[in-house]
Amino acid sequence: MKNAVGRDIPDEILKLTGKEPFQGNNYKNGVPFRRVAPIIRPVMDNEHSKLVKDIHEALVKCKAHSGMTVSFHHHFREGDLIVNMVMEEIHKMGLKNITLAATSLGKAHDPLVPMIEDGTITRIEASGVRGKIGQAISDGKLKGLAIMRSHGGRVRSLVTGETKVDIAFIGAPTSDDYGNLRGIGGKTNCGVLSYSHVDGDCAEYVVAITDCLVPFPNFPAHISMTKVDYVCVVDAIGIPEKIATGAAKPTTDQRKLMMAEYCTQVVVNTPYFKDGFSYQTGVGGASIASTISLTKIMEERGIKMGFGVGGLTKPMCDLLDRGMVRVLMDTQAFDLDAVSNVINPAHHRITAGAYANPFNKGAFVNKLDYVILASLEVDVNFNCNVVVGSDGVITGAQGGHPDTAQGAKCTIVICPLLQGRIPAICTNVTTVTTPGESVDIVVTDYGVAVNPNRHDLLEALEKADCVPLKTIEELRDIAYSIVGEPEPVEFEDRIVGIIEARDGTIMDVVRQAKPYKFDD
Amino acid sequence: MVIQKPAIAGTLESSDCMVTVEPGEGKIDLDLDSAVIRQYGKQIRKVILETLQRLDVTDAKITVVDKGALDCTIKARVECAVYRSNGVKDQLPWGGAIV
Repeated sequence: MKNAVGRDIPDEILKLTGKEPFQGNNYKNGVPFRRVAPIIRPVMDNEHSKLVKDIHEALVKCKAHSGMTVSFHHHFREGDLIVNMVMEEIHKMGLKNITLAATSLGKAHDPLVPMIEDGTITRIEASGVRGKIGQAISDGKLKGLAIMRSHGGRVRSLVTGETKVDIAFIGAPTSDDYGNLRGIGGKTNCGVLSYSHVDGDCAEYVVAITDCLVPFPNFPAHISMTKVDYVCVVDAIGIPEKIATGAAKPTTDQRKLMMAEYCTQVVVNTPYFKDGFSYQTGVGGASIASTISLTKIMEERGIKMGFGVGGLTKPMCDLLDRGMVRVLMDTQAFDLDAVSNVINPAHHRITAGAYANPFNKGAFVNKLDYVILASLEVDVNFNCNVVVGSDGVITGAQGGHPDTAQGAKCTIVICPLLQGRIPAICTNVTTVTTPGESVDIVVTDYGVAVNPNRHDLLEALEKADCVPLKTIEELRDIAYSIVGEPEPVEFEDRIVGIIEARDGTIMDVVRQAKPYKFDD
Repeated sequence: MVIQKPAIAGTLESSDCMVTVEPGEGKIDLDLDSAVIRQYGKQIRKVILETLQRLDVTDAKITVVDKGALDCTIKARVECAVYRSNGVKDQLPWGGAIV
């Protein structure tokens, strides 16, 4: 059946997952549901100890079994040691058919590939997958499905009970012996524990893993002892320097600087740019450069930001330190500057649910004026792909892309027209992660395209005459005139993954990659 | 042209390609590896074979490792490798065999 972004979702997948095809952004708006409540094992005995001596004991006490679902957060990013540590123990115990429900997986988790091959891990649910696990899934090695969902969508899947987590493992930079957890204060600070809140709320067992046990009470706790069953102390939970891996430094790349300038011009010449505006941006070189050039114009015009949200980086924290933004709402620290900035009283930690869950009574993303996003591909219908590479192999993560894109009044996607030979603006994205209805403006190094549905924005930019305006088709045609029109990538029939929309419907499917061979 | 000796042109940088030509075994023997083979494999092969044809090369082993080079780059690297294999350094046929 074709969904609202024109993607064919096979009946077998609808039947297998019990899901509906995507039917537009607000399909589930106002549709009531009941949140699931977790199972609690009360701790009344004042002699009860939550400390366990190792991961193995934690697993035994939490009744680890084949077929269970375990969850993790990715606040340590490429420096994470927790997922591998726990999965190795599960592997040693000979458990099979595990669903790995991490908030995201990266190159740090390459060592899990043999566990996919031997059937220890048979399902993966994550924002996305980079590195060798992505390749393994695309090669068809995972027996079950990989479900890729946004940060907001993940919270929804837990609170609706769609994802039932048996044991949540929460890596905590500091913990006391009763499981009051904080994102700072230890050896491996990550600033916030936003992604794990919902695991604390919904998982059947919650295990805190820390490398820095502190005296009781570890307060104010980011995740409360009232939700934690066991505390396990290990030598190291992460590698601090690697938390910032991949985060961009201020760029000197002229192409990126030009896109940053276009983006800044788009922001300042659209109607939401006024005192108190709200803003989210990512870690790409152009996004960071744009935040810096935007700051100059804010200073010139005496405009301050009301709030900044999201994964935060140094330039956003600089804005706070200089009094250019009233408050920052933090779900993830992308660099160590952002980690250390959490001590600023106007730098607030929020949960992933408050940030982006479409199934609560209103999330922060709904209050965004601007979000600046990147994308691997954008097609002529403004659909974005951030998960599957143009070669058909899973290589990225949804993150908060679909959440913020839907929430923000003005969603700007920055991407260079060409990534090497690959045209980023194309006729059809490889897979849809964010629907075109969420995307308002696309900024490239060859010009800026406005979604025809937003004639208000187009008019404002035409009037301001500040950037070279093109239609999205014109941008695609320029790209194809330089690199040639790509052949459609061929896939095997087997579906290896699902790109889930925020509301749990199916946005697209990912099929097994097919080895390339010439026809003759 | 006849491939006299092994020769290389290009690099493995992004958006470039490395072309190696060696004396062949009576025909064109192409080994192509590309970062964009799924999207541009046919096009790249066509450009390489056409360029060899234009240079009148009919007997060569040619290895191309492509990192997303544009057609013009691929053409230039193939031409360069072929001329290097012949030791030709000046009086190149600009506007003739090299278009």
